Amino acid sequence: MNVRARLHATFVDNDIAYSFWRSPTAITAGAITLFFALAALFAPWIAPFNPFDPAQISLWDGKLPPAWAEGGQAKYLLGTDNQGRDMLSTILYGGRLSLLVGLAAVCLGMVLGVMLGVISGYVGGWVDTVIMRIADVQLTIPGILLAILINGIGRNLLPLELRQEFAVYVVILAIGLTDWPQFARVTRGATLVEGQREYVQAARVIGLPGWLIMLRHILPNVLRPVLVLATIGLALAIIAEATLSFLGQGIPPTTPSLGTLIRVGNEFLFSGLWWITFFPAIALVILVFAVNLLGDWMRDALNPKLR
Amino acid sequence: MALLSIRDLVVEFPTRRGVVTAAKDVSIDVRPGEILGLVGESGAGKSTIGNAIIDLLEPPGRVAGGEVLFKGQDLRKLDDDAMRKVRGREIGMIFQDPQTSLNPLLTIGQQLIESIRNALGVSERDAQARAIELLEAVGIDEAEARMAAYPHQFSGGMRQRVVIALALCGDPDLVIADEPTTALDVSIQKQILDLIRRLCRERQLGVILVTHDIGVIAEVADRVAVMYRGNIVETGPTSQVLGAPTHAYTQSLIAAVPRADVRLERFASVDYIEGGAKPFHRIDVRTHWLGGALQREGTNEDALGVEDLHLSFVLQRSLLPSRRRMLKAVDGVSFTIRPGETFGLVGESGSGKSTVARIIAGLYRPDAGDIALLGRPVTGNRRDPEERAVRERLQMIFQDPYSSLNARMRVLDIVAEPIRFYRLTESEAETRQVVQDLLDHVGLGAEAALRYPHEFSGGQRQRISIARALASRPRILICDEPTSALDVSIQAQILNLLKDLQEELQLTMLFISHDLPVIRQMCDRVAVMRRGKIVELAETEHLFANPEHPYSQELLRLMPRMDLLQASRDATPAVGTA
Amino acid sequence: MLSFIARRFVQALIVMAVVSAVSFSLFNFVGDPVNNMVGQEATREDRLRIRESLGLDDPILVQYARFVGNALQGEFGLSLRTKRPVDELILERLPATLELVFVSALIALGLGITFGVYTGIKRNSWLSQTVLSASLVGVSLPTFIIGIALIYIFAVNLRILPSSGRSGTIDIGLWQTSLLSADGWRAILLPAITLSLFQATMILRLVRSEMLEVMRTDFIKFARARGLPERAVNFVHALKNTLIPVITIIGLNIGQLIAFSIITETVFQWPGTGLLFINAVDFADVPVMAAYLVFVALIFVTVNLIVDILYAVIDPRIRLGGT
Repeated sequence: MNVRARLHATFVDNDIAYSFWRSPTAITAGAITLFFALAALFAPWIAPFNPFDPAQISLWDGKLPPAWAEGGQAKYLLGTDNQGRDMLSTILYGGRLSLLVGLAAVCLGMVLGVMLGVISGYVGGWVDTVIMRIADVQLTIPGILLAILINGIGRNLLPLELRQEFAVYVVILAIGLTDWPQFARVTRGATLVEGQREYVQAARVIGLPGWLIMLRHILPNVLRPVLVLATIGLALAIIAEATLSFLGQGIPPTTPSLGTLIRVGNEFLFSGLWWITFFPAIALVILVFAVNLLGDWMRDALNPKLR
Repeated sequence: MALLSIRDLVVEFPTRRGVVTAAKDVSIDVRPGEILGLVGESGAGKSTIGNAIIDLLEPPGRVAGGEVLFKGQDLRKLDDDAMRKVRGREIGMIFQDPQTSLNPLLTIGQQLIESIRNALGVSERDAQARAIELLEAVGIDEAEARMAAYPHQFSGGMRQRVVIALALCGDPDLVIADEPTTALDVSIQKQILDLIRRLCRERQLGVILVTHDIGVIAEVADRVAVMYRGNIVETGPTSQVLGAPTHAYTQSLIAAVPRADVRLERFASVDYIEGGAKPFHRIDVRTHWLGGALQREGTNEDALGVEDLHLSFVLQRSLLPSRRRMLKAVDGVSFTIRPGETFGLVGESGSGKSTVARIIAGLYRPDAGDIALLGRPVTGNRRDPEERAVRERLQMIFQDPYSSLNARMRVLDIVAEPIRFYRLTESEAETRQVVQDLLDHVGLGAEAALRYPHEFSGGQRQRISIARALASRPRILICDEPTSALDVSIQAQILNLLKDLQEELQLTMLFISHDLPVIRQMCDRVAVMRRGKIVELAETEHLFANPEHPYSQELLRLMPRMDLLQASRDATPAVGTA
Repeated sequence: MLSFIARRFVQALIVMAVVSAVSFSLFNFVGDPVNNMVGQEATREDRLRIRESLGLDDPILVQYARFVGNALQGEFGLSLRTKRPVDELILERLPATLELVFVSALIALGLGITFGVYTGIKRNSWLSQTVLSASLVGVSLPTFIIGIALIYIFAVNLRILPSSGRSGTIDIGLWQTSLLSADGWRAILLPAITLSLFQATMILRLVRSEMLEVMRTDFIKFARARGLPERAVNFVHALKNTLIPVITIIGLNIGQLIAFSIITETVFQWPGTGLLFINAVDFADVPVMAAYLVFVALIFVTVNLIVDILYAVIDPRIRLGGT
């Protein structure tokens, strides 16, 4: 098969691509997600201002409404916050951080969960019992509470002067560690099913060692449900980060994420400065919505029973 | 007058690759008190007809044309409400799997009473009385007490009886039974078929029996309609269609049914069915890499021996020893297999035959017992290089062609896996060449190497499985029900292939099957297993002629009678041998 | 059935043991308890004396046993921030949280199950499609944004409902309730809706997908083939089989509500245990954090145990054993 035919088969001529290109919602969701991803990637180049550069910030320009409202200025399209930072720029940078933290957290949870899930499901016995009991106990405690807890402990373990600097990593760790049991459960379930299938038995009869069977045979076959979970998990992780930041437990205001921006803006809501909260909030909701839409479509598309 | 008369029925399924016509201009008649067998291989469209009659086609399926005349009325013209009144009251339906056909959360009494009251509008008490009557009619003892039981408290055969009772709740005149015995063991199958026939005669029911199994048709059907790719190719009285088939497809189909009465060298090949084997590009195994292992070994020792194997599974864990429940899956099994011999293990589901195979293949560790491969004892220690060398000489072919290949790997990588793992070739180029030769040799063609499993049919996949098993140049091949998931015509091809390979590679085979005719065609010696034990071990021909153990006699007695088919076989010479 | 419940009970005990161990280790992880008590200027001798009096020199297992023993009696020591007994603090704020969770659970379950069943049965009606799209927006709305939006609309702009705090409470013995006065209801309404919306959409989607799953089973097809009316198929056969997963969802949901009450209480400054906890995290008030954790875990474990018992009541396969 030549490269072109291969690409064609991967992106156009298969059931999932077929379902994608036929679903307007999926295309819209994909486009929005792509848009956010690109905006996040290129934030430093497309943002009109650098909100972290004190030279570009003037307190005189603080609390300006959006450009179209009375008193707005054209150079600040979405207005400015209390410190005079351009809202559009802070949102671009904030979205970048939110997306990045969400992705990193999901990846951490996914890698950990899938690894433990495959091992648990394939090896079985006491290894399975230990891993799944830990997961069970952790699942008894709701994720967001656990994330707050891990995050709180993590921050307290760090020396005061490093807390701000490492806040992002602590948040990623907190959300990622909260996430893994979901992945482990789904992966284990899929592994149990796949492990009983005869191609795995055949590999065992050939004499392949366990790690190779897990890596080459089971892993590629359990990734579909994991992919769906990861997409939905990304939406939840973005929400979790925003929630932590909103509670003042997450990303500090010096390098704000969307959640931090909403937290800061919330203080000005009663005085009528709605845009400081509104725009980051709407950006967050659209981002999460698009990812959810994508996950929703993917779940249906990858579920053979629904086709 | 016909009870049901279908005229030119067309059923279509719109799919991504265009509209698939599942049934095309199908016309059949069913009279009261008659069983019409609707037979065909997978994908022939036979189940679709049953669903189309009662308007329960799986979406997006739709009836695109024709008439369904029931007692002279066209069911297609009824609205939803009227159609619902037909279901249950006029036409009953029985599905394949009794495990899933019953609501697990309601007692069977509740389900029966609900259905009776809905269909007949009688009082709770009358419904109760009728439910008990029905349960008795389908052969359930202590019916009154069993009313309070939940489905999971019944065995598979009993559940299917309950399903039949449920189908009869509304006193229908026509019953559509969709593969009603496929999920059941031979002995239960016989009982259920007898029940269906008795009910049909007593109640003057019209029955449409949908099945893939010629044996079932021969057993109970009065008339047969043979389906092939959505078309009815032949209809007539059972004795006529099976005894003197006129259509080429029916002839092929019947020729492919394994014979229980006499052992043949090869199965008659089935020319009519497409997607089968291409002409073999045979390689000469004496000079080829594949035959490389032939010269090295060749002793007079037993190829395989097991001594007093035991394995129990835990059914219920408990801290109290008295409440623990164990299943003795394998209970003291011993046998030896001579080099080049095909040794059969036969038994019903749960007899432990597959477990024995899996223990030998190293997939389960026995609780006790010894295994010797090619004269060397094996213990299950994979780190021992000598044991690994012996294990390399043993391969296995599995039952389900759809799950026995990794869907994410190319056929090349699937077949090459053992070669690469054991470094059996000098170079990657040689590996590729060997894989292509192997694929050629099993009748797939070398170009299959770069494709993925999902592009192949069931029979073709089984050929890939065989190629993979051969790739480590085994001396012993375990075949665990290698054809029971396949259509009978494909089965004939695969069994022929196995016979050929065994002969030229001098393979020792352990052949596991529940199907006695297949065993007779394939095996030199047979062990009959029941509840983890071997009850009889004998030369195949001897066992079929003079079964000694009562259980063997019972199994042979329960084999569907195929006398009808013999006439056609003796009349028409074999359709040709490839 | 008894052995099933006994097994679950043992599991619950294990969970509690683990959670209490985690709570206990908080004391060692987060800051030095002696520092927390005496401040920077204490002398070395003072510190040693306090260490000894607190039993911090004992083996770790002895310390853990002491912690568990105290916890069993509701003793978690003094809050570092307010210097008041932790159990008092929690008990005082418990009614506020429990009432909030209770009202939210009613809203979430009512909306979620009703619309979940509806959209599961009427797959293709326009209302189902609308509800489903709305629910996807629902799961995309973080709780705190819902809270802020509701405050902005109803408190800031329309000025018809209070934006924060709990008012109009009436004492019934030791329990302060908001549910007996109009003022109390006005105050609890916004936080309860905020807390319930995300969960309601979650429940809706789960119930729907379970319903669809059941609808695909053979026994539903068989029930249709027997000519049973749609009503019986949907509500007798399908719904009852959907109940089992739905009960699990309800169990998880109550846990989620308690967790998310932390956020809601922060947004609305609702004086419950969640607010207490988040303040404790801010100040590294370890005794309060530990006690809250144990207390929340206890509620979850109890709810889960009840769920398991309900399971056994509904599903004869568990009740009667065997497969």
